Amino acid sequence: MQKKGINGIKQGTDTNKNIIKTVLFHIGKYKFYLLFSILMAAASVVLTLYIPILTGKAVDCIVCAGNVDFAGLFEILKTMAVIILITAVVQWLMNTSNNKIAYQVVRDVRQEAFEKLEILPLKYIDSHSHGDIVSRIIADVDQFSDGLLLGFTQLFTGVVTIVGTLLFMLSINVSTTIVVVILTPLSFFIAGFIAKRTFNMSKLQSETRGEQTALINEIIDNQKVVKAFGREKKVIGQFDEINGRLQKASVKAIFFSSLTNPCTRFVNSLVYAGVGIMGAFFAITGRISVGQLTSFLSYANQYTKPFNEISGVITELQTALACAGRVFEFIEEKPQIPDSPDAVTLTDTQGAVNMDNVSFSYNPEQKLIQNFNLNVKKGQRVAIVGPTGCGKTTVINLLMRFYDVNSGSIKIDGTDIRNLTRKSLRDSFGMVLQETWLHAGTIRENIVMGKPDATDDEVIAAARAAHAHSFIKRLPMGYDTVITEDGGSLSQGQKQLLCITRVMLCLPPMLILDEATSSIDTRTEIKISQAFNTMMKGRTSFIVAHRLSTIREADIILVMKDGNIIEQGSHDELISKENGFYANLYQSQF
Amino acid sequence: MKSLLKYIKDYKKESILAPLFKMLEASFELMVPLVMAAIIDKGIADSDTPYIFKMGAILLLLAAVGLISAVTAQYFSAKAAVGFATKLRNALFSHIQELSYTELDTIGTNTLITRMTSDVNQLQNGVNLTLRLLLRSPFIVFGAMIMAFTVDVKAALIFAVTIPLLAIVVFGIMIVSIPLYKKVQSALDRILGRTRENLSGVRVIRAFCNEDKEIAAFTEENQTLLDLQVFVGKISAAMNPVTYIIVNIALVVLLQTGAIRVDSGIITQGEVVALVNYMSQILVELVKLANLIIQLTKALACAKRVEGVFAITPSMSDGTPPPLQSDTNVTNQPETDIIKFEHTGLAYSQSSEESLTDIDFSIKRGETVGIIGGTGSGKTSLVNLIPRFYDATSGSVLINGKNIKEYDTQALRQKIGVVPQKAVLFKGTIKENLLWGNENASLDDIENALNISQSKEFVDEKEGRLDFMIAQGGKNLSGGQRQRLTIARAIVRNPDILILDDSASALDYATDARLRAALRQMREDMTVIIVSQRTSSIQHADKIVVMDDGHIAGIGTHAELLENNEIYQEIYYSQYKDDKQAKTLISHKAAQTTA
Repeated sequence: MQKKGINGIKQGTDTNKNIIKTVLFHIGKYKFYLLFSILMAAASVVLTLYIPILTGKAVDCIVCAGNVDFAGLFEILKTMAVIILITAVVQWLMNTSNNKIAYQVVRDVRQEAFEKLEILPLKYIDSHSHGDIVSRIIADVDQFSDGLLLGFTQLFTGVVTIVGTLLFMLSINVSTTIVVVILTPLSFFIAGFIAKRTFNMSKLQSETRGEQTALINEIIDNQKVVKAFGREKKVIGQFDEINGRLQKASVKAIFFSSLTNPCTRFVNSLVYAGVGIMGAFFAITGRISVGQLTSFLSYANQYTKPFNEISGVITELQTALACAGRVFEFIEEKPQIPDSPDAVTLTDTQGAVNMDNVSFSYNPEQKLIQNFNLNVKKGQRVAIVGPTGCGKTTVINLLMRFYDVNSGSIKIDGTDIRNLTRKSLRDSFGMVLQETWLHAGTIRENIVMGKPDATDDEVIAAARAAHAHSFIKRLPMGYDTVITEDGGSLSQGQKQLLCITRVMLCLPPMLILDEATSSIDTRTEIKISQAFNTMMKGRTSFIVAHRLSTIREADIILVMKDGNIIEQGSHDELISKENGFYANLYQSQF
Repeated sequence: MKSLLKYIKDYKKESILAPLFKMLEASFELMVPLVMAAIIDKGIADSDTPYIFKMGAILLLLAAVGLISAVTAQYFSAKAAVGFATKLRNALFSHIQELSYTELDTIGTNTLITRMTSDVNQLQNGVNLTLRLLLRSPFIVFGAMIMAFTVDVKAALIFAVTIPLLAIVVFGIMIVSIPLYKKVQSALDRILGRTRENLSGVRVIRAFCNEDKEIAAFTEENQTLLDLQVFVGKISAAMNPVTYIIVNIALVVLLQTGAIRVDSGIITQGEVVALVNYMSQILVELVKLANLIIQLTKALACAKRVEGVFAITPSMSDGTPPPLQSDTNVTNQPETDIIKFEHTGLAYSQSSEESLTDIDFSIKRGETVGIIGGTGSGKTSLVNLIPRFYDATSGSVLINGKNIKEYDTQALRQKIGVVPQKAVLFKGTIKENLLWGNENASLDDIENALNISQSKEFVDEKEGRLDFMIAQGGKNLSGGQRQRLTIARAIVRNPDILILDDSASALDYATDARLRAALRQMREDMTVIIVSQRTSSIQHADKIVVMDDGHIAGIGTHAELLENNEIYQEIYYSQYKDDKQAKTLISHKAAQTTA
């Protein structure tokens, strides 16, 4: 996953160009805002730069005792006041419009990313770290809009400031301008020099920090084991060692990188002194006035600032571009194959399932299910058994069409599921997984997921049938109790019962059930299996089975191992198979 | 914050020198406008070229001395801030090592990790910034005002009005916008939550065809966030223009007043220029100060959180007076009852109800004891009392006839091998991981442990065998392999008491059975406690304790319990439900084995 991101950056200018294109496309919607913003920025820079000139002129009106041009001064000050007010308004408009563009682009991109998330194939979601996807949609989008848009305006105003200052200075005096122009880039070089020199130190610092974080994660995550084996002193020693290295690396990295500011300030002072001395000479010879010298001095102060900012902006722009790349890579990910236009809606489902010659694997190098055939008649029970991690969920993935088969076909009531609308296919299955998943929200909201318009009576009836009503009733707010994503104070078994209620409410013609294993206590387990039994009556069901009784009662048993279906048949057929995997499993287990 | 200050103690010198040098630099900066004024008033007015050169040289000197002071300040402040963070991290880590299970449960590991990493880093930045800038900015603001007063008192009064006004605007906007930013943050958190939820629940959402509903909800939350951001943006966008107006209008007034003062001969033209320069210095510093304060609020919040961790004290202390070495030897003066619970109860710190109530039984040396019961019935709580992971809240636990609280905890745990439910291994070689059990174990001990734990076979297949590198979290091993290695780790200890807390759940039945058989072949005086949900894992134990809702619901052998214990029967038959054949078959088998 991360590798991809790094490669993305490394692929160089071509991809960068593409990213910029995509970014421009997204900003395009707001081009009038952008145009307005650019105009305002230009106006604000020019107006801001005009103030020192006016100040200089004002100073020239104030020569010495008895020699003050009050009338002229008043005119100048009046102009200044007006310009100040206009500048402020222009600045505010610019800032607001920048904010609008940045935030709206963020909103748009996030929306697009989230909508993509809902249609991505499961394969993508299963094989990518969720944390990474979240950080693309949340953090990267923020970073990209901040960096790109604000970086852009900063760059723009920076350039305008530099050009503007240059022009204003030239209009006053050419020679002094040359002093400024020659000395200023020095700060640029120094900043670049320091950045290059500190790069290795910063790298060492972040590497050591990474090492430390890894250790912290590992140890604190498993603090109880550390305690159980009395390893506290040992791990403290380990930690101290890394911590010591981190200290050395950090002091160096932080100190050297913090040199940039004083150094550029020093260059600034040099420019200032240079302008001061030269300006003073020119003033003596009368080539410039004292007021103009004042204007020069404030320009000298301002002129270096955009240079320093621009060097920062460029790194920011690079990061932003990388972030944008990550977001757009996600948005441009291939979606699942959409329902074909002539897809059929599955109605009045009987629940006959046929798998013809199905082959499937998650990746081409590792073959899994090959040429598999299965005929399930309406109302039959199919038990899927095998050791933990044998890939029992694969069958669920295929039936629900979370994944498509590589070859062969799966038919429901005679129709290939790829010719059905996904909605009607999935609506006809009720699914209860062992990994219970609940929404942050009320209990009721969680139950009505499959039937949003269900009445209270229906909800309660479903909860009763799932043996969940009694515990829901005892919750502080009953059905309106708000639970968090991880189910909060609910026990594993209660969560499971809620998930069953959810399916109980819509009772589709086919079921996919994952039986609970060790994490649930026996009594809740009995309740759950009672609920399962109620549901399964007359419905085609696929059960990932752990319980002997379920397995024995099944019409068909699928035995899975290492992701592959290795045996298929009824209990009696399979048990009589000499040295069969199921027969062995059964003997050793029971 | 206060209690954290002690970690900077060793860097007292640095933390005093850093701001001092920073102020030195600022003082030099404050002198520049005066030198410039002198150039204008004397150099230019009198056409005194040497004087201009002299003053120019002074400007350069000020710049150079300023650079040196600044670099010195940066060095001291980097050293102090990093030193502080290092000490703090060390202390925090050691503190966490001292916490007992009770505190770890309360705080949660995620919180601790955040405290150790990002919070401490934020604090380091905070200290660094504080040392460098917190004194500098106000120093320049007030310094500029004082310098203005030395130039001309009446003109300086404009400063005295402007500075408080600026302060009110800057901090006013901050006070208004900071809570709004918190709202923005929580709106963002909701979006983040929904995204995460949609990833973890992707199967359920698609199974119920709720994609459109999720998109609609997201759209709404996304819009709310946008509205909030734009609203806050409007307020904070006002900060720059408003400060700009204040400072520049002050400049206009300053020029007007200056003109009058110059006209009446009180001040010179150069001094007016100096005043103008001071005014612009103030604006720059105030903006920096505002940013600094935002950073510091964050750092202070981190400091509070870190302090919160330090405030938690370990609730357990070792036996007093310090126990003698011989006391800790659990095998000495053998009592027949190696473990004895006397009306023991346990209530976890956060819950009002007891998780264990009136546990009263004993375990003989060398016995194999099975503990069975549903989730939440208290099995793990019960075994956690034996290595004193938790202290009993009522009654007592005796090990070898002596209250557990009188032992040195470390020494006590030396004698106990625990295999926890979660099979945790650490980054390092297989050998390193096994040596966790006993640092002085010989190669023979290790091989033996691998044999017993049924790990030998797969370890042999690994490249480098014992030197095989286990990845972080044991990711390059299967669940069953991890579990077997954690068992081996406990066996390497050669413990007097071995506790297996549901630690065979990832093993298939055959391996589980071989494991139990191998355990029986070990030292005769080793006491083995097996916690399980499967009756098959414990039915051969000398004694089975049936737990139900924190109580002991029955003690006996498999055959006895099957005869007279309802809960045991329930558990047993739920695993072999409705299967009369199996029932008779197994009770027959059981009878055979117990016989």
